[in-house]
Amino acid sequence: MINAILSMGGLALVAGLGLGFAAKKFHVEGDPTVDKLEEVMPATNCGNCGYPGCRPYAEAVANEDEAINLCPPGGTATMEAIAAIMGVDPAPMEERAPSVAYIDEEKCIGCTACIKACPVDAIIGANKQSHTVIIDECTDCDKCIEPCPTDCITMVPKEVTLYTWSMEKPDGPHALH
Amino acid sequence: MSHANLLTSSSPHVHDGASVDRVMQSVIWALMPASALSVMVFGLPALLVILITVASCMVTEQLFMLIRKRKTTLGDNSAALTGLLLALTLPPHSPWWVCVVGGVFAIGVGKQIYGGLGYNMFNPALISRVFLLISFPAELTTWPVPMPLFSDGAFSMSQAFAIIFSGEYPVNQALDAITMATPLGQYKMEVSMGKTVTDALGGDYGFSYINSMGGNLVGSIGETSAILLAAGGLWMIRKGIITWHIPGSMLLGTLVPALIFWAFDSSVYPDPLFHLVTGGLIIGAFFMATDMVTSPVTIKGQLIFGASCGLLTYIIRTWGGYPEGVSFAIVIMNTAVPLIDQYTRPTIYGQRPERT
Amino acid sequence: MGIVASVLKKFHGGVHPEEFKDLSEKCAIEPMPMPERLYVPLHQHIGSPCEPSINVGDMVFKGQTIGRPQGFVSAPVHAPTSGKVVEIRQHPVAHPSGLTMMVAVIEPDGKDTWHKDISGLEDPFKHEPAEIRERVRCGGIVGMGGATFPSFIKMSPPKDKVVELLIINGVECEPYLTCDARVMEEQTTEVIDGIKIMLHGLQTENCVIGIENNKPRAIEIMKAAVKDIPEIDIIALPVRYPQGGEKQLIEVVTGRQVPSGGLPIDVGVIVHNVATAVAIRDAVRFGHPLLARPVTVTGLGISRPANVQALFGTPVQEMIKHCGGLKNGTRKVLMGGPMMGVAIGTLDVPVVKGTSGILCMTSNETTDKPEQACIRCGRCLQACPVSLMPTEMAWLSRHEELDKLQEYNLFDCIECGSCSYVCPSNIPLVHYFRFGKMAIQTADKEKKRGEIAKQRAKAKDAREEKVKAEREARKAAMKAKMAAKRKAAAAAKGEKPATEKESAPAAGGNDKAAKAARAAKAAKAARAAKAAKAAKAGGGTKDAAGDGDDKAAKAARAAKAAKAAKAAKAARAAKAAKAARADGGTKDAAGDGDDKAAKAARAAKAAKAAKAARAAKAAKAAKAAKEAKADGDSQ
Repeated sequence: MINAILSMGGLALVAGLGLGFAAKKFHVEGDPTVDKLEEVMPATNCGNCGYPGCRPYAEAVANEDEAINLCPPGGTATMEAIAAIMGVDPAPMEERAPSVAYIDEEKCIGCTACIKACPVDAIIGANKQSHTVIIDECTDCDKCIEPCPTDCITMVPKEVTLYTWSMEKPDGPHALH
Repeated sequence: MSHANLLTSSSPHVHDGASVDRVMQSVIWALMPASALSVMVFGLPALLVILITVASCMVTEQLFMLIRKRKTTLGDNSAALTGLLLALTLPPHSPWWVCVVGGVFAIGVGKQIYGGLGYNMFNPALISRVFLLISFPAELTTWPVPMPLFSDGAFSMSQAFAIIFSGEYPVNQALDAITMATPLGQYKMEVSMGKTVTDALGGDYGFSYINSMGGNLVGSIGETSAILLAAGGLWMIRKGIITWHIPGSMLLGTLVPALIFWAFDSSVYPDPLFHLVTGGLIIGAFFMATDMVTSPVTIKGQLIFGASCGLLTYIIRTWGGYPEGVSFAIVIMNTAVPLIDQYTRPTIYGQRPERT
Repeated sequence: MGIVASVLKKFHGGVHPEEFKDLSEKCAIEPMPMPERLYVPLHQHIGSPCEPSINVGDMVFKGQTIGRPQGFVSAPVHAPTSGKVVEIRQHPVAHPSGLTMMVAVIEPDGKDTWHKDISGLEDPFKHEPAEIRERVRCGGIVGMGGATFPSFIKMSPPKDKVVELLIINGVECEPYLTCDARVMEEQTTEVIDGIKIMLHGLQTENCVIGIENNKPRAIEIMKAAVKDIPEIDIIALPVRYPQGGEKQLIEVVTGRQVPSGGLPIDVGVIVHNVATAVAIRDAVRFGHPLLARPVTVTGLGISRPANVQALFGTPVQEMIKHCGGLKNGTRKVLMGGPMMGVAIGTLDVPVVKGTSGILCMTSNETTDKPEQACIRCGRCLQACPVSLMPTEMAWLSRHEELDKLQEYNLFDCIECGSCSYVCPSNIPLVHYFRFGKMAIQTADKEKKRGEIAKQRAKAKDAREEKVKAEREARKAAMKAKMAAKRKAAAAAKGEKPATEKESAPAAGGNDKAAKAARAAKAAKAARAAKAAKAAKAGGGTKDAAGDGDDKAAKAARAAKAAKAAKAAKAARAAKAAKAARADGGTKDAAGDGDDKAAKAARAAKAAKAAKAARAAKAAKAAKAAKEAKADGDSQ
């Protein structure tokens, strides 16, 4: 009996020491989660998620278990990436077509409210001069819509051309035809 | 102007006509000669075992497809093939419920719960056989003596039914005994008690190569004729259904160690030919290990897989607890297949060191 | 000779589809009537699209440049005949997306007059290789085997690489197609001449022409033609698809493999199609740009298979009409061969530089079986000429594991279709790979855009910080100045009390009152200045009203608000009316009645609610569709 206790105890001690040693020696220094999360966000700092920027949202997701489906410009891709990093299930997400802002230049009064609101300087124009959106730089964050006093900004879906088209995935086996 | 019904799918737009159901069908044809001989050698009970097992597999498959709300896959012949292969690993007088349970397990647990054809990890017939062997050792190790179909003592259909469904053996049997040990079983049992190989297999037991070539071999339904099974296997290779890599490496994997050990001490270790014709080595090498879903896709991988199966078979047969090792060997190697595939990836065009 | 292997090697894998060459191999290349309109796409090559160099209404001559190349990897596009440019617009082209491209629509005038500047080189061999290359470039010559890579680039090897061998690709491994075979049989002297010019341009003297041995006449004729030419050899190759692939052909002829991610010149080889040789000859000797090509119109679905010389921009419908029309039961029409061609959904797409064939297939020739689960038979690995693992790549594509896909060398896939051809489960493997490649490229593009957006956001933040800091500094400076002024004034006051007493009333009564008055005056001035500045900046920013109670600021704000509200009301009324017209969703369409501001606010709110509702509906529908798809996909 004593032998059994001693030998089992001894084995457990050795195993525990071994695990502890391995945990220290083979420890992998990974990115802090917040940095990883911020990487997968679109960096528009648009505030759609309710946080004053992408990094605060990343911190909230990492530290306070915030919902992962609050980022419309990032879309499903960002939500799934966050899910993968945090090891949680993907959350339902509104599918919205990638859009860009469009300023109706007839209605624009040149007040520069939208220019000030755009976080990536994607609107060009000056005071009392018609404004217009640089389509390539617009990140679909919707921040310019509110400030416009004449409500002349709308989000229009991006046009798919032969050059921006991407092939769809095949239906897969057992597809219910 | 446009034609409303022009099909626009991705290239390529032609196909060589291969299909899963044709592949499976070809394998079933390759097994027919050996199965027919077995029915000849063991009589109608063996036929019943085959039919019940195949039916059980097909019914289970259909049930699962109904539960999963999918279109029936009986058309791809894979359930029927699994049934036939499973039946060939069972003793010729297996009770009906062994056949049914085996079929349900093979398709239900061996295939469907993984997701159906293509997703299973283990060879369904073999995993079911292993399950049956471990769960019902008595039934799975009762080996009846051959009772040829057109001989004096052949079982009639009603007698066959009685054997399979009620376990009742008819009286007035022109037999000394109903069951016997398989050659491998005999070898293991007697040699472990100290006899030499020749003593174990000769004498009362009366094993002879000539006899066994004709199919007069005690064992499972599929162990009777090594020649017919090999012929079926070679026909499949010729037709391109399987390649030589797995059968070849598996046979070598068993025969080479057998040769070495037999040369070392022939009183204790039987010769390689014995290993070749007895047990399930041939059916395992040509029909079980070559199951596409559960074997590697790369050529190098197939060679490694086959050789390991063969080696494991020899080890289990010689030093393991069971007389026959083919099913265990293949099932064990099935677990290693994804790993083998990963480490034997071919060198792609443009990545070999230039040798000009 | 040279690096040609003494015993022909074999490339890994490959398949042997039914050839069907007998449908058109005896048909000599024939002309066709001029179509009524030519729809000439401005992008018929690998590389950047051309910019139109003509306008609607212009008269153009045959061979005139109508599309200017952009960037280095690009090729000009020319008018295939003389006529008028009636439109420059989007038009469907043969592409898997079925989308449109910019084309120049030319109405031929029937005169077929060459442009006056068209001129060739009397004796090309007396000119520098650079001159030859320039003519190839200006002629818009691209690879005519179907790849359409600008040929002048393949005539300009980098200085540090040596061209050891020129391989002319007469393999034509795609089933059904016979245009290259006919070129070799009918335009033999032109081919040889073109090859000699290319050899001169490349400054090399080794050339082999690879021809598959299902073209015995072509082999015979070509062998006879090069009998007395030591630089050129003919090699007859066993039939195997895709032997005509550049990399496979090089491996078979020289035994060398082009390094992954590299080019044939890395192993000292340049490969050109046999029809390209003829095109180069025409461009160099006569100055004729690439305007037309032989096209094999074939398949069991066409009434009269033929090889037709077609001008670029000819609608496929015209070609089919010329060959007797489609038979009943035609299931697919392809541009190209059956292994790599593009299935077109509409017949008004035009013929372009890479159109080697128009294949009309009946349901006997093409299949449309549903995809089944992979049974891991390994036939695709055996068939792949690049020794990839198609089964793994398709699995990873389906599950969108983009990183692992690159580990499995997805981009080395040449999309030849051999794997899909042999798959017993009818898995559309090449479709999966194309999807995977595009997904990876799109993800990379999105990442880059994200990086740029991040930088722009950072730059904007920095700029705003800077402006803020400057403002603070100015404020502080002004404060300090004011404080200094007061101090100085107080000091001055303290120093000369007598003089101060005299002028005290003028300054505004006693010290306290004067001080207060001056402070108030200064404060008022400052606020007025601030308000004025804010009004100038246009408003919307809340901190213009930071001072709160000051009358001037308040008045300014009120005026601004009134103006804005007025404009807003007008705009929102118009918008609401428009929205009401468009979909009748908003409630407060009228925009007049009770309190104007409130009404406007409600209108805006309603519009936004409607928009949100619509978006939610669309999202729901999309989600439902996605879930249904996922359900079907997970098993």
